[in-house]
Amino acid sequence: MTSLADRAAIVGIGQTEFSKSSGRSELQLAAEASSAAIADAGLTPADIDGLVTFTLDTTDELLLMRCLGIPELRYWSRTPHGGAGAHTTVQHAAAAVASGAANAVVVYRAFNERSGRRFGQPNARVTPLGWNLYLPFGLDTPAKIYSLWFQRYMYRYGVTNEDFGRYSVVARRHAATNPNAWFYQRPITIEDHQRSRWIVEPILRLLDCCQESDGGVAMVITTMERARDLAQRPARVAAVADGHLIEGHVMFNYYHPGDDVFPEVGFLARQLWEMSGLAPSDIDVAMLYENFSPVVFLQLEGLGFCGPGEAKDFITDGNIDLDGSLPVNTNGGLLGEGYIHGINNILEGVRQIRGTSCNQIDDVEHVLVAGGRSGLILGQP
Amino acid sequence: MPSVIPPVVGHDDEFFWDGVGQGRLLVQRCTGCGTLRHPPSPMCPSCRALDWVPQELSGRGVVFSWIVSRHPTEPDDEPRIVVLVTLEEGIRLIANLQGVDPAEVRNDLAVEVTFEEVDGVVLPQFRPAGAPGTVAQ
Repeated sequence: MTSLADRAAIVGIGQTEFSKSSGRSELQLAAEASSAAIADAGLTPADIDGLVTFTLDTTDELLLMRCLGIPELRYWSRTPHGGAGAHTTVQHAAAAVASGAANAVVVYRAFNERSGRRFGQPNARVTPLGWNLYLPFGLDTPAKIYSLWFQRYMYRYGVTNEDFGRYSVVARRHAATNPNAWFYQRPITIEDHQRSRWIVEPILRLLDCCQESDGGVAMVITTMERARDLAQRPARVAAVADGHLIEGHVMFNYYHPGDDVFPEVGFLARQLWEMSGLAPSDIDVAMLYENFSPVVFLQLEGLGFCGPGEAKDFITDGNIDLDGSLPVNTNGGLLGEGYIHGINNILEGVRQIRGTSCNQIDDVEHVLVAGGRSGLILGQP
Repeated sequence: MPSVIPPVVGHDDEFFWDGVGQGRLLVQRCTGCGTLRHPPSPMCPSCRALDWVPQELSGRGVVFSWIVSRHPTEPDDEPRIVVLVTLEEGIRLIANLQGVDPAEVRNDLAVEVTFEEVDGVVLPQFRPAGAPGTVAQ
């Protein structure tokens, strides 16, 4: 069977600052990040012939072409479902370059998510299509929608909000030594976490939630063959996959029969391990999407780094620290660095492969980057 | 009183909200294979049949999961308990839980449906099984 394993690489990365008020348009953020990524790769805009972003992104591809001076575009696509599809952007780009549909693809994501439309707030005044069963009952923010799912996990495995807080403390410690992080030099203690106000009782406190952030990020993807001749050490895409199951929904798992909390991540894991020929013990760093701290727990278990219900002990025992067996979210994650819809976590994965992270782990061979329903494994070239 | 954003009813879920207005909890029963389904959907995932009939559920179930929902920008809004209920027929349904202090909510609590007007919108709500106003009364 033809596979996308080892066919493509991330060869350039770029970003703006992450802030609460960028003071410029989302188009400009996308252009700045993309331009930086192209330059980082040692390419010019004329070398780029593909663009991939999220369906939720407001930047039109033709306007971005005009900003960057890309003369001709042969391929574009978008991935649905926000952060759940963040890693799918790499799959689209890798498939495009592996098939010859494009030579070099820029993936971009840029928004004013704090100073513009806030993702954490209830935005609807009228119930949007498909939300009749949720919004009228008060499920009006991502925090609440996710919490109704997390609560069953807490009940099933005896997990408390304080357990979630131990992840937040690690994320903020990693952010504290990352100058690009919103929470640079601002670590927290578990007491700070437990004193922060409830967002959704008894599941999430303020310090369990990611940052509503303004910013732009971008990366350049091309074939492994071309990657070897470019400016940076390529981050080889050893595996990339989507994992969706019937009865799943964009932000919640309410309808799977029985008590299976997150079967999608298990499906994703099976594909990533099979495609790469690797096992959890081969992973040196994991970048795990966390709009809210419990998602890290669900992924550590679902990806096979620990058993069901064991994430709280895995974290308490220091495994996800910089000197642990599996450093997680070395940039501070979406809680500590900023929430650029998960793509900033992919960029940190690339830095760990290159050896250029602010919190560099020694001898990194493989980085897993996942968001529950999509993910990838990066490897040395 | 919590503020409610009312549903915007479409082709696929009109029957559900009509039922709510009549005090009946309805789901789709496939005419081809008999499978019950919820949320509302135009095609049976088991046999692809497009024909279905509405079936009234018992309204009895247990709390699968729950949260206390406070309005993030309108602090005067009364908090609501949001529950995901597993109904006797195996269907999962989102609604609110009334008649219980948030500190007393438990997973697997036995509940029964009732229909109440909340901020001018009739919604299915749940109360502890056997409480006044529920199906068993």
